[in-house]
Amino acid sequence: MSNAALTLKDVHKSFGRTAIISGVSLEIGRGERHAIIGPNGAGKSTLFNLISGRFPVSSGRIELKGEDITNLEPHVINRKGLSRSFQITNIFPRLSVYENVRCAVLWAAGSRYSFWQRIGALGAVRQRADEIVEQIGMTKRRHKLASVLTYAEQRALEIGITIAGGAEVILLDEPTAGMSRSETDDAVELIRKVTQDKTLVMVEHDMSVVFNLADRISVLVYGEVIASGPPEEIRSNKAVQEAYLGTEQH
Amino acid sequence: MQQSIALGEPVAGVLGRRRLLFWFAVAALFALLPAAFRQSFALSMLSQMGIAIIFALSYNMLLGQTGLLSFGHAVYFGLGAFFTAHAINWVGAGRIWFPITFMPLIGGLAGLFFGLLFGFVTTRRAGTPFAMISLGIAEMVAASALMFTAFFGGEGGIATNRTAGGALLGVDYGPQIQVYYLIAGWCLVCTIAMFALTQTPLGRMANAVRDNPERAMFVGYNPTRVRWLMLSLSAGFAGVAGGLSAINYEIVTAETLGVMASGSVVLMAFIGGIGHFWGPVVGAILVTFLQSALSTYTQAWLLYFGLFFLVIIMFSPGGIANLITMHKPAWQTGLFRRLIPSYVLAAATGAVMMTGFVALIEMIYHYEAKEASTRAFGILGLRLDPETLGSWLLTLALLAAGVALFWWASRFVRRAWDTVTPELQARGAV
Amino acid sequence: MEFFLVTLLNSLSYGLLLFMLSSGLTLIFSMMGVLNFAHASFYMLGAYFAYQMGLHTGFWAALFLSPLAVGAVGAATERFGLRTVHKFGHVAELLFTFGLAYVIEEIVHLIWGRAPVDYRVPASLDFTLFTLFTTQYPAYRGFMMLVSVGMLIGLWLLLTRTRIGMIVQASLTHPDMVEALGHNVPRVFMFVFAGGAALAGLAGVLGGNMFITEPGMAAAVGTIVFVVVVFGGMGSLTGAFIASLLIGGLQTFSVALDYSIADVFNVIGVGVGPESAWYGLASISVAQTAPVLPYLLMVLMLIVRPRGLMGTRET
Repeated sequence: MSNAALTLKDVHKSFGRTAIISGVSLEIGRGERHAIIGPNGAGKSTLFNLISGRFPVSSGRIELKGEDITNLEPHVINRKGLSRSFQITNIFPRLSVYENVRCAVLWAAGSRYSFWQRIGALGAVRQRADEIVEQIGMTKRRHKLASVLTYAEQRALEIGITIAGGAEVILLDEPTAGMSRSETDDAVELIRKVTQDKTLVMVEHDMSVVFNLADRISVLVYGEVIASGPPEEIRSNKAVQEAYLGTEQH
Repeated sequence: MQQSIALGEPVAGVLGRRRLLFWFAVAALFALLPAAFRQSFALSMLSQMGIAIIFALSYNMLLGQTGLLSFGHAVYFGLGAFFTAHAINWVGAGRIWFPITFMPLIGGLAGLFFGLLFGFVTTRRAGTPFAMISLGIAEMVAASALMFTAFFGGEGGIATNRTAGGALLGVDYGPQIQVYYLIAGWCLVCTIAMFALTQTPLGRMANAVRDNPERAMFVGYNPTRVRWLMLSLSAGFAGVAGGLSAINYEIVTAETLGVMASGSVVLMAFIGGIGHFWGPVVGAILVTFLQSALSTYTQAWLLYFGLFFLVIIMFSPGGIANLITMHKPAWQTGLFRRLIPSYVLAAATGAVMMTGFVALIEMIYHYEAKEASTRAFGILGLRLDPETLGSWLLTLALLAAGVALFWWASRFVRRAWDTVTPELQARGAV
Repeated sequence: MEFFLVTLLNSLSYGLLLFMLSSGLTLIFSMMGVLNFAHASFYMLGAYFAYQMGLHTGFWAALFLSPLAVGAVGAATERFGLRTVHKFGHVAELLFTFGLAYVIEEIVHLIWGRAPVDYRVPASLDFTLFTLFTTQYPAYRGFMMLVSVGMLIGLWLLLTRTRIGMIVQASLTHPDMVEALGHNVPRVFMFVFAGGAALAGLAGVLGGNMFITEPGMAAAVGTIVFVVVVFGGMGSLTGAFIASLLIGGLQTFSVALDYSIADVFNVIGVGVGPESAWYGLASISVAQTAPVLPYLLMVLMLIVRPRGLMGTRET
């Protein structure tokens, strides 16, 4: 139990009378790379929103490293070591690449709401931000305004912001959405590199990415997990094939 | 609208060598200004500007930096003023001793306190709800001011004597020049402090919360807490400005914290430009100047103000600061001179249009005037009389011609920019 | 008893007036996301137009023409002003309406001067409707209520029973979809804005001669309308209705009550006179606190239940 990074226990979510998540239970171990797949509308993003505190659950329990985080505020959950990216790029458009990352570093670096320290003088902050910018390969473009970046660059920045705080559990919501083949390959390498010793939970549609990265896969259909296990098991699961894999997926 | 100082790293810190030189230059400017403007009304206007600068900059901490539109910022200004006035009166009555020079601190503390108090309630929301709440609080405090007459002095307000406590090192703040230097000193200190604040983690996160509060949450920051702190600090500086105002005018009334005062600081900040740190400084200076200068010439100055404000919002919401900085690339690459001919033309035709417009407004105002002797008036050498049809025809013709000419000239301006912009893009300047 | 009934009737007519104003504001806000600061200015224009037209055409014609004129002003504002500013975001829109309120007040100064104008209740309605105990209840107030209720029923029917009303309702929540279906959403916006303005203008025609018609009237009623909208919940017409009656009642009753805490103490036998410690504070009568009460209520609501009584949207 205490070995699990993230645990969901019979989580339900309804909007009005429409049930989106109908009793999801998952256990994701530390250091695991876990992918959540499923047809559109299955509730994958909603699940992320529940875990990260963006929406409250209708019932159920969510635990992070054994600690109950159900219905806590997003910033509180983040401080406990869980960070997420967004399907639709969610960055600070009027700040530069470097400053975007720096904002994500601040809290973990202990700066809190300090208004008496000059931010330029905080060596640890600067160092960490430089590191992250280097990791996402944006050192040359660090002073560009985030809003003028290319789509793929923005997605890379999104990942950078997500990992910058040093969270141990990373949630990535369709990180390669809208990317070309080569951009996807780059993104996969980046993800692999930055989530080395961390727990990764990923929503993805691109099957090649999923089978490339994931240790275990869970399949979400109509708000329920119909299968969960290592990739080969999922690939050969009849119910999954019917519901989802069926024809050739890209 | 960009926050220019958010781009890239500051080359030097607040007190790095280049910046230090800059602050010294500003200090020198403040020190030498009275020598250039000797008339007494000029000195009092400069004093007013100094107070307005602190107030407007404090307001921009909220709007430009944190994205909070407040219609009740004068509450903190006014409360700071009231507390300072009472403190000065206590000095005058011999109950406490505190040098007048540091009295604005009292105002600042009062502002900070009420910022923390009201801010706790108001910053739970942002955007339009925050604006509404701020207005509600402003009205509430203004209405209370007439209720608690012991503290607020009722209709007459609280009067104070800035020479209370006698002279310290020969300075008793009797003469306006001494008050000016007091204000100038505080203005410099507050400006440096507020600028320094923008370079702190809180200042940066305020920008982040402004741009994307949700994302700020997901990097571990509570947007409400950030807003609350920024509002409290901003209220503190507003309180300092209020304290200086109590010293300068020696009277504080309910109007000091009223909705009109809150509205005027919105105007100042916005006209100057909220996207740049120095924008509100420009706005404060300009608006103070126009308020003093225009109101002696015409009754309609508030109307002109409002229209000016509307024009800025509709055509250049980044304010005057944005109008200036958008020419920077052209200036740096030398392409600016291509714009000059069309600008001159636009200025000339614009002047005709403005004259016609002002003439029309003044005609209407003077038409309503009760005494016949004030009916006729002069404008730029033209003698206009609302009684005569000829004057009306002339005014309307002038306005119509001006509008048509300006419209025609604006096409040249657009054409000039159409040639300049591609070149700037080609050179990588934009 | 008499006092209570009379004040109740008065607060009803005032509350309905507030609802006419706040309903227009709520509609505009729900549809366009813009909180129209100049809404009370349209109220003021309604009164002034009615006064001016009334001088030539009499009250009844002005009753119809003035709101139309104000609606035209509203349409022009939306078409030439708001639409230009829309691309700069909500803050810019809000500030635009804020500046507009300034400008309209100054234009009113310009044309009609700063003193109140003599906009009177028309002779045909200037009689006593009935006498309640010793108070004569003016017919005009009854007329006001009649028109208010009639207008609001008409509005409700328009929104729920007509095709244009359906489009408006749809545009309230899904403007993009409505536009994709081929409707001219900008024109719908203009229509709604003009409609809201006309409603405010009508309120002005009715209220201007009952209360006073002067340049300060916009500011006086403007913030109360905002309190109503925030209290009732932004975006909710029902909430605005309840809040209008509540706040209208609060204001009307509190202004009429001349009792203070000191009076209460004196009644129960505890003597409180000028020598007592808290006399300054305790002798403040309810009537004196009347201006503060609506705002206090709003602040309390925002602490306890930030989305208002029945709020749906926040921004």
